[in-house]
Amino acid sequence: MTAVNPTSTPTLFARMIDTGAHQKLLAFASLVLLLIGFSIASPNFMQTSNMIAILQATSVNGVLAVAATLVIITGGIDLSVGTLMTFCAVIAGVVLTNLGMPLPVGVIAAIGAGALCGLCSGTFIAKMKIPPFIATLGMMLILKGLSLVISGTRPIYFNDTPGFDQISRGSLIGEIIPALPIPNGVLILFIVALSAAYVLGRTVLGRYTFALGSNEEAVRLSGVNTDFWKMAVYSLAGAICGIAGILIASRLNSAQPALGLGYELEAIAAVVIGGTSLSGGRGTVLGTLIGALIMAVLTNGLRVLSVAQEWQTVVTGAIIILAVYADMVRRRKA
Amino acid sequence: MTDLVRMTGIEKRFPGVHALKNVSFDLASGEVHALMGENGAGKSTLMKILSGIYPKDGGEILINGEQAELNGPKAAQDLGIGIIHQELSLMNDLTVAQNIFIGREPRLRFGRLDEAALNARAVEIFRSMNLALDPKTVVGDLTIAKQQAVEIAKALSYRSRVLIMDEPTAALNDAEIAELFTIIRRLKADGVGIIYISHKMDELKQIADRVTVMRDGAYVGTLDAAGTPVSRIISMMVGREVANETADIPDLSGADTLLDVRGLNRGREIRDVSFSVRKGEILGFAGLMGAGRTEVARAIFGADPRDGGEIRVHGKPCAISQPSDAVKAGIGYLSEDRKHFGLATGMDVRTNIALASLDRFSSPLGVLREEEMRRTAQDYIGKLDIRTPSDRQEVRLLSGGNQQKVVIAKWLYRDCDILIFDEPTRGIDVGAKSEIHKLLTNLAKEGRAIIVISSELPEIMRLSHRIAVMCEGRLTGILPGGEQTSQEDIMHLATLRTPTMQPEGYQQ
Repeated sequence: MTAVNPTSTPTLFARMIDTGAHQKLLAFASLVLLLIGFSIASPNFMQTSNMIAILQATSVNGVLAVAATLVIITGGIDLSVGTLMTFCAVIAGVVLTNLGMPLPVGVIAAIGAGALCGLCSGTFIAKMKIPPFIATLGMMLILKGLSLVISGTRPIYFNDTPGFDQISRGSLIGEIIPALPIPNGVLILFIVALSAAYVLGRTVLGRYTFALGSNEEAVRLSGVNTDFWKMAVYSLAGAICGIAGILIASRLNSAQPALGLGYELEAIAAVVIGGTSLSGGRGTVLGTLIGALIMAVLTNGLRVLSVAQEWQTVVTGAIIILAVYADMVRRRKA
Repeated sequence: MTDLVRMTGIEKRFPGVHALKNVSFDLASGEVHALMGENGAGKSTLMKILSGIYPKDGGEILINGEQAELNGPKAAQDLGIGIIHQELSLMNDLTVAQNIFIGREPRLRFGRLDEAALNARAVEIFRSMNLALDPKTVVGDLTIAKQQAVEIAKALSYRSRVLIMDEPTAALNDAEIAELFTIIRRLKADGVGIIYISHKMDELKQIADRVTVMRDGAYVGTLDAAGTPVSRIISMMVGREVANETADIPDLSGADTLLDVRGLNRGREIRDVSFSVRKGEILGFAGLMGAGRTEVARAIFGADPRDGGEIRVHGKPCAISQPSDAVKAGIGYLSEDRKHFGLATGMDVRTNIALASLDRFSSPLGVLREEEMRRTAQDYIGKLDIRTPSDRQEVRLLSGGNQQKVVIAKWLYRDCDILIFDEPTRGIDVGAKSEIHKLLTNLAKEGRAIIVISSELPEIMRLSHRIAVMCEGRLTGILPGGEQTSQEDIMHLATLRTPTMQPEGYQQ
């Protein structure tokens, strides 16, 4: 493909072409174009408060999208991320409000519950050989039901747990640099994204994640326990959904058991716009973040321009199709 | 009587291969004409030209005495030539009649389908074949033999006068074969000409009138099927100058047995296979396609389940139920289909070499040490002379020979002392082939036990210290390597079906 001498690693340019960074670039360019377009269209758009609102809106969907990215790179899909998030929020509510446990216990319980549910999905898929779409569709419904059952279909409020709302709404950065009141939720998104990128790029788990999506049978015939690693990926994704559960509960200062359905589709949309291949083997966390931002900017910008809510949804759908089409055209050329 | 088909001087070239060299073939009405040859002799290519799938590069084809231009499967169909491929191409969820007339369904007005006419027409065809089959049966519920009959009916529905059957009995048991032969005889009586491709000598004797043998893309000869001893046909099939080098056989009488397989079994695919391999030995596995060699390898490696059998490594019984168990025991398997089963082709050389040993390149927390992986990869790139611009190159961009070396590097790094190579040089050019051969010989010299599965007899002869031959899931014999074994000996064992069915003239 590119002529390079045997010892040097490929040039940065060659790597960008090779590794599908193209789509990320395309997504990034679209994001910048959207920002420019909206700021020209409305003077209210480019204000700090609005920018922060966009980031805040990205945080929950962004974390879920990171979880979905991991699973999708293995060539699987996770439809349960949205209701799992709600389930974890409800668990946090039960532990903190109903049982009156201290804050860290609630956080750990939520993340643990997420990991456990992820492990369940992973087991259905790896051991029982149920297709990921079906297994996680089932989990999606089970978790939605369980959230309603456990909470008695009523929201659980966190009024007795001081500081819980600060997990998402507070701003550590703002305390240090008052001019930049970036909420903690956004900070957490970036920490989650960085960690996930590290796991994907630098660890055994990450390498197997890509390898599973690239050619699962080859990995199995290499003597790798593919079932174990697949379960590990789903568990990790579940734990990340637990973090999203804490974030959304903190932002609403309550666990809303009826919430959650539909989040999985937004997360998958962000992943796809970010250039991760639904057939597995390729994808980046950075791309997913950009994808999540594009969706948030779009929603926010259209609202600032007073476009009706109904039309916002239509536009989002069109963007998804456009993004994937652009990727297909690029790949056909390559 | 004019010939149904007369092909003369047929030429075909593919990039880098002269697939057919001046081949002639003819078929008379009411005749079963068998076409024989080793894998890769050019039988399928010739038949694909006759059925319009490949264009010919030279030569002449007469159909019913008239010059024919077969520029596509449709043209061949219109001239009454039907082909039944080795892999059946039926839609399992549709009914028999729906399958036969797919794309040509009788219609009523407004695009509605006329199911009654559809079924009636199917019954008509079955009657001509003397076949009792309900046209409304779902194809997926039929036995393979019945499905084959449906394929034949489909071919006949195009008013075929020439029927090409490519290994029609590969998946059939004896009763089903008899059923198929009844249909063939019936078609013969109606004047249909049948070209029958098969490896199985006894079938040939039962059903064929004439036999044409091909070898290395060239026509060897045409014989009367009944009057020719099987040994003669075999020697025509393998008859290339056996000046090929054979392996130097080391004295391994004192060497330890590394792998010992006893009574391996699974259904009809693997029947009571037992053998052992010593340290430093190369055991070749010969046989025709579908003999069960790959199945044996995959069962030993734990990639597929097995019904029974014991596997001993270093003399100790070894419970292998999945590939990771086999790898732990020091067994590596290099599959015949590298792209699908051997490599993560979208990933780079470095990752592929490390793929079976990532645990060695990671900290207790699972963080990878890229620098070490890079060094190891560079090391093997040098040692095995893998031609790649860098260790970050995606393996799909490498040539077949270099891809194979990447897979070998993966297992060498894993320290496997038992290596199973399944068709190690398939799709690899001649130069790279001899490099791989040298590599295998050296691996054995270093004290590993090597199993080589190959459909190319010269490759088996060149590498093997001993040669195991399989036929239809059974190990029909283990021959010594070197000059005392001829290719004819191997072919004899490779076509040895169950002894009770041994036809006349079989013994040499």
